[in-house]
Amino acid sequence: MNNVFVYCEIEEGKIAEVSLEILSKGRSLANDLKCELEAIVLGNKIKDVEDELFGFGVDIIHIADDKRLYPYLTLPHAAIVSGIFEEEKPKVGLFGATSIGRDLAPRVSSKLMCGLTADCTELEIGDYTDKKSKKEYKDLLMQIRPAFGGNIIATIITPDTLPQLATVREGVMKKETVKKVKKGKVVKIKVDDYVSETDMVVKIIERHIEKSEVDLKNSNIIISGGYGVGSKDDFNLLYELSDVLGGEVGASRAAVDAGFVDHNRQVGQTGLTVRPKLYIACGISGQIQHTAGMDKSAMIISINTDPHAPINKIADYVINGKVGTVIPKMIKSYKEHTK
Amino acid sequence: MSGLKIIVLAKQVPDTRNVGKDAMKANGTVNRAALPAIFNPEDLKALEQALLLKDKYPGTTITLVTMGPVRAASIIREAMFRGADGGILITDRKFAGSDTLATSYVLSLAIKKIKKYDLILAGRQAIDGDTAQVGPQSAEKLNIPQITYVEEIISVEKNKITAVRRLENGVETVEAKLPLLMTVTASAPDCRSRNAKFLMKYKHACTPSEMHHESEDYISLHDTRHYLDIIEWDINDLKADDVYLGLSGSPTKVKQVTNIVFTTKDSKVLEATDKDIDQLMAELVEHHNIG
Repeated sequence: MNNVFVYCEIEEGKIAEVSLEILSKGRSLANDLKCELEAIVLGNKIKDVEDELFGFGVDIIHIADDKRLYPYLTLPHAAIVSGIFEEEKPKVGLFGATSIGRDLAPRVSSKLMCGLTADCTELEIGDYTDKKSKKEYKDLLMQIRPAFGGNIIATIITPDTLPQLATVREGVMKKETVKKVKKGKVVKIKVDDYVSETDMVVKIIERHIEKSEVDLKNSNIIISGGYGVGSKDDFNLLYELSDVLGGEVGASRAAVDAGFVDHNRQVGQTGLTVRPKLYIACGISGQIQHTAGMDKSAMIISINTDPHAPINKIADYVINGKVGTVIPKMIKSYKEHTK
Repeated sequence: MSGLKIIVLAKQVPDTRNVGKDAMKANGTVNRAALPAIFNPEDLKALEQALLLKDKYPGTTITLVTMGPVRAASIIREAMFRGADGGILITDRKFAGSDTLATSYVLSLAIKKIKKYDLILAGRQAIDGDTAQVGPQSAEKLNIPQITYVEEIISVEKNKITAVRRLENGVETVEAKLPLLMTVTASAPDCRSRNAKFLMKYKHACTPSEMHHESEDYISLHDTRHYLDIIEWDINDLKADDVYLGLSGSPTKVKQVTNIVFTTKDSKVLEATDKDIDQLMAELVEHHNIG
C-alpha cells in the first residue's frame, strides 16, 4: 500500500528501455519516501522479466500474461491499472511519455479523478506550503517539465489527490540497477477480475513495427545539424563526418521542419534527449527547444558562422566558420591523426 | 453510410512556436498577450479529418466545440469558413485556471448535452501545454473508446471505423465501433484553406456575447439566418459542479515557473583554419574523445 508504482511497457516480451529508466528513478523516489517500488507488467508471452526487475530494485511485481494484453490496447490496460491503483492506493504512479503511456495515463487519471503531469524531465520529492491556506504538505512529488513550447520550466504538484501521476520522457532518467539485489514478491494479476468483453471493442488489424535505423540514444558521438547547414544535400557532409568518426547524425527542429532530415533524428524537447560523449552542433543556433535535449553531453563543439549564437555559450569549443569549410578539414585532419 | 454527426474539439492557443525575446517577462514567465492567438495546429488537422469524412459521406455535420474566453469564438468561425456547420463556445470565468482534468470534465458535460454524435475528433495535443491528455480524459468521462495518434481515417462502414495510427516506431491499423473519440497526430494532412463561399456565408456568425459589437444591420440578419448563431454555454447551461472547475477543481498546481538557464562554459574559440582544426582534432584523438 501507498507505494511508488511504475507501469512497464513490453516490447517483444521484454521490458522496454524507457520503463527501465523510469524504474531507476522510481527506486530513488521510493527510497526518499521510505516506501516500496512496485511494477505493473501487462503483456503476452513475456520472457523472464522478474530477475531483471528485481535488479532494478523492484519490491513487488504485478504481472499478467494474457493474449488480450498484447499488443497494447487502451481499455484493458486502463481497466487493470486503474483497478490496481484503486486497491493499492499508490503515492506515485509513473508511465513512459510514449504513445502508450500518453494514451493510458490520462485515461487512468480521469477515471480516478487525480492529477497527471505529462512529459516530465525531472522528478523529486519535496515539501510545499500553500500560500493562501498556509497548509503544509510533506513529501510531495515535484513534477518538473518544460512548458509553453519549451520556453520555460514548470514545477507541478498534486497536493490533494493520490496517486500523483506523471509520464516521463524517454532518455532523461538514467538507467541504473541496484547494488544489493533483493528477491521481491511476484503477484499474478487475475485479468478477468478487471477486464470485460466491452473493453475489447478496439481491434488491431495490422501492425508494422519497424526498429528505427537511427540510434541516437546509444551513440557516443552525435553530429547534429541545424537550419544553418543550408539544405538536404549539405547534410551529406554531416553523414560523412559521422561515418568517419563512428557516430550518428542528429538535427534540430528547424532542420527537420525545413525537410533536411527525418523527424527520427530530432534532438530536443519535441525530439530525443541525448547525452553523448561528444556532440558536434553544426549550424545550430541553440534555441532552448534544442539545447534542453543535449546540454548534458560530455563535450560540445559548435560550428557556426555567428559568433554570438546562443549555443556557443554551452560549447566547450566554438569554431567560427562555415559548416561546409570546417567539416572537410575535420575529416582530413582526423584521418591523418589516426593513420 | 449516411451522414455522420461529428464533434471537433479545438483550442485557441498562444503561438508558442516562435517566442521572441519580447514575449518573455523579466521574471522568466511568458507574456501570453505578446503572442498571437491561433487555432491549435493539430486541432486543425482534426478538423481536416472531419471535412474529409464530410466529403465522403454526404449529410455529415461538423460541430466545433471549444472552451475558452469570448474571443475563442474566432476559431469556431475559422472552422466554419473551412466547412464546419457550426459551433459551441463554452465560456465562463469560473473555468479559468482549469487543468486538463477540469477541462475534460467541462468538455464531457458539453458533449453529453449535445447528446447525439458518432465521432469526436481532436488534435493529439495543444502547443501551449503539449500534454495530449484532454482527449483521452474526455473519452473516459464519456465512457467511450479512444484511438489516439490517428494519421488517417480509412473508412466508416456500418458504424465501424478503420483508422491508421502513427506511433514512434511504426504504424498500426485499428478498427472499432462508433461512437468513439480520436486524436489526430502531427503527421496527418494539413487542413484545407478557407472556402470563399463559406467565408461569405458565415462572415457575420457570432456568439450572443459578441452580438452587441455588431452593427444593427447585421444583428437583424440573425433573425432569419440561424446558421449565423454560434451557441454559447456557461456553467449553468452545463449544470457543472463548481468543485470540479477552475483552479480549485484542478488537482495539478503550478508550484513555480522558471526560466531555462544553462551553465555557461568557458569556451575555447577557434577559427576555421587548417591549423586550429588540426590542433583540435589532435587533442580529441589524444584524449580519446574520438577514434
